[in-house]
Amino acid sequence: MKLLVCISKSPDTTSKITFKEDNTKFDENGVQFIVNPYDEWYALVRALELKEANNGSVTIITVGTAVDDAVIRKALAIGADEAVRINSEPHDAYFTAMQIADYAKTNDFDIVLTGKETINYNGSQVGGMIAEALGTPFVSLASKLDVNGSTATLETEIVGGVEVVEVNTPFVVSCAKGMAEQRIPNMRGIMAARTKPLNVIEPSAIEALTSFESYELPPSKSACKMINPENMEELVDLLHNEAKVI
Amino acid sequence: MSTLVYINSNNGLAKNTLEAITYAKKLGEEVIAITTGSADDSVLATLGQYGANKVLIDRTVNTDDSQQITNVVAAAAESMGSNSVVFSHDFIGKSVGPRLSVRLKAGLVPGATDIPRNGKIRVNVFSGKAMGFVSIKSARKVISLLPNSLQPEGGGENCPVEEFNGNAGIAGVKVLDSKVPEGEIPLPEAELVVSAGRGLKGPENWGMVEELAKELGAATACSRPVADIGWRPHHEHVGQTGVAIRPNLYIAAGISGAIQHLAGVNGSKVIVVVNTDPEAPFFKAADYGVVGDAFEVIPRLTEAVKKFKANG
Ligand SMILES: Cc1cc2nc3c(=O)[nH]c(=O)nc-3n(C[C@H](O)[C@H](O)[C@H](O)COP(=O)(O)OP(=O)(O)OC[C@H]3O[C@@H](n4cnc5c(N)ncnc54)[C@H](O)[C@@H]3O)c2cc1C
Ligand SMILES: Nc1ncnc2c1ncn2[C@@H]1O[C@H](COP(=O)(O)O)[C@@H](O)[C@H]1O
Repeated sequence: MKLLVCISKSPDTTSKITFKEDNTKFDENGVQFIVNPYDEWYALVRALELKEANNGSVTIITVGTAVDDAVIRKALAIGADEAVRINSEPHDAYFTAMQIADYAKTNDFDIVLTGKETINYNGSQVGGMIAEALGTPFVSLASKLDVNGSTATLETEIVGGVEVVEVNTPFVVSCAKGMAEQRIPNMRGIMAARTKPLNVIEPSAIEALTSFESYELPPSKSACKMINPENMEELVDLLHNEAKVI
Repeated sequence: MSTLVYINSNNGLAKNTLEAITYAKKLGEEVIAITTGSADDSVLATLGQYGANKVLIDRTVNTDDSQQITNVVAAAAESMGSNSVVFSHDFIGKSVGPRLSVRLKAGLVPGATDIPRNGKIRVNVFSGKAMGFVSIKSARKVISLLPNSLQPEGGGENCPVEEFNGNAGIAGVKVLDSKVPEGEIPLPEAELVVSAGRGLKGPENWGMVEELAKELGAATACSRPVADIGWRPHHEHVGQTGVAIRPNLYIAAGISGAIQHLAGVNGSKVIVVVNTDPEAPFFKAADYGVVGDAFEVIPRLTEAVKKFKANG
């Protein structure tokens, strides 16, 4: 079974978010980058489990610059066999997805796994775009994935519940909570990661379709109004008359 | 020129579908709604009240398969000459929107929270810690609207409903089973949410949370550790790695307010925090705070809500 896992970097979840150059760019100064949690905890770990049970290989792919190599090595330390980096800034989701699809087209993968979303741009776009470019089915927001030969059974989140679906390989899946448990890389994994192949490929000529023009921080909250714990009638009254939410 | 809106009509017309129609109307062009499935014409015609000029329905498609729906929406966009396609940013918008973007080579803005202003569309980024303004460079545009970003505006007339055949092809994804708990309010759609964390000590203490939620007509949610240790089902986990919600009211009891939790709830209009620790970080993000024991405060709040309802 050949599996391709799309890995992106994201700022550590505790990062303070600030912008520079007149609020047009994210200020990476002092920000620690990690593997996007959905990609690492769910997509990558489930891919490794499937490989362990069925043989095959796990390739990780990132659209990014040399700065991303540290994050890629971390994903290799968790257990991926090899890495591919498309050497470019990921200009937008379309650009990123088309690069990954171009690579996937020349290598027959049974399943392409992405995270549910990146925790910086929260788009949930890249997986569906890859599926369309490859002309394969797409299962989004999967919380479970089992494979039997060329047939996979998945659970996906739908409004207010879950759906059990079946699909044949090849397909693309975006992975959410429930898929797998986080794995902490061990020393052996970290050592091995240093010598695993990391192939750098130049990008295809693709125009981005969107761009982030500027950013803003949300208006800061006014001070919290404290309510006497004995007096919940007052809280209900404020929620009704002042906040007008009940 | 027209704006095409994909509507999920499988279980009646949910609020987020009406929001999407209202949003499309605000874009200023003729609004054509397209849906799949088997909804009644009389139900679909009411979309006209929110601004649809016409509704198309392809009854040959009865799944949520992203390939089939993409085929139908792309065919409708061609035949209606639509330069913009609008979705709600729900599970269909998240699977069909990206496909359609590639199919039409149309830039996609996922999770829009406002109509375009000076050609830029606002979205939440960094899990709600900031907002970004996106421009689309292509002539055609796909926009998915974050639920609860605007109020549906009704008051218009019903509109015509027409059959449409978009040559959907076959479904690549086969649905074997679907489990939707009866009678529960789905979390992403809920306007009121009552949530609790590790401060509640054990799953046996959730009765009071459910009771308050029931009294308010609210959905229930929880922090991540509570779902991870199995006190509550996974779909209730809100935050950066769980569900992101933006209800009108979020009541959090026994939750410390870690930054990853806040990332999923900071879009809420009003936040009420109940915590024994006056230093809990959550108070910094709250509108109303109660320093007290959830085991006393929550039942007291439930009583107060009951009294409020009884007095009309
Ligand atoms: C990468 C990453 C992603 C994460 N994603 C998420 C996420 O999506 N969602 C999420 O929730 N967390 C997430 N977390 C975990 C997060 O950091 C916190 O650990 C978690 O939110 C804490 O849950 P809690 O507030 O329920 O528990 P605690 O931190 O243990 O807080 C319990 C609170 O209850 C109060 N309390 C105790 N007794 C009472 C009482 N009787 N009455 C009232 N209050 C009481 C305490 O004062 C305390 O503030 C993530 C962490 C990481 C590293
Ligand atoms: N630059 C990138 N390189 C590789 N994969 C990516 C990149 N950006 C996003 N992805 C993948 O696409 C998923 C969804 O991203 P997004 O559409 O940005 O929310 C992520 O969880 C990753 O698996």
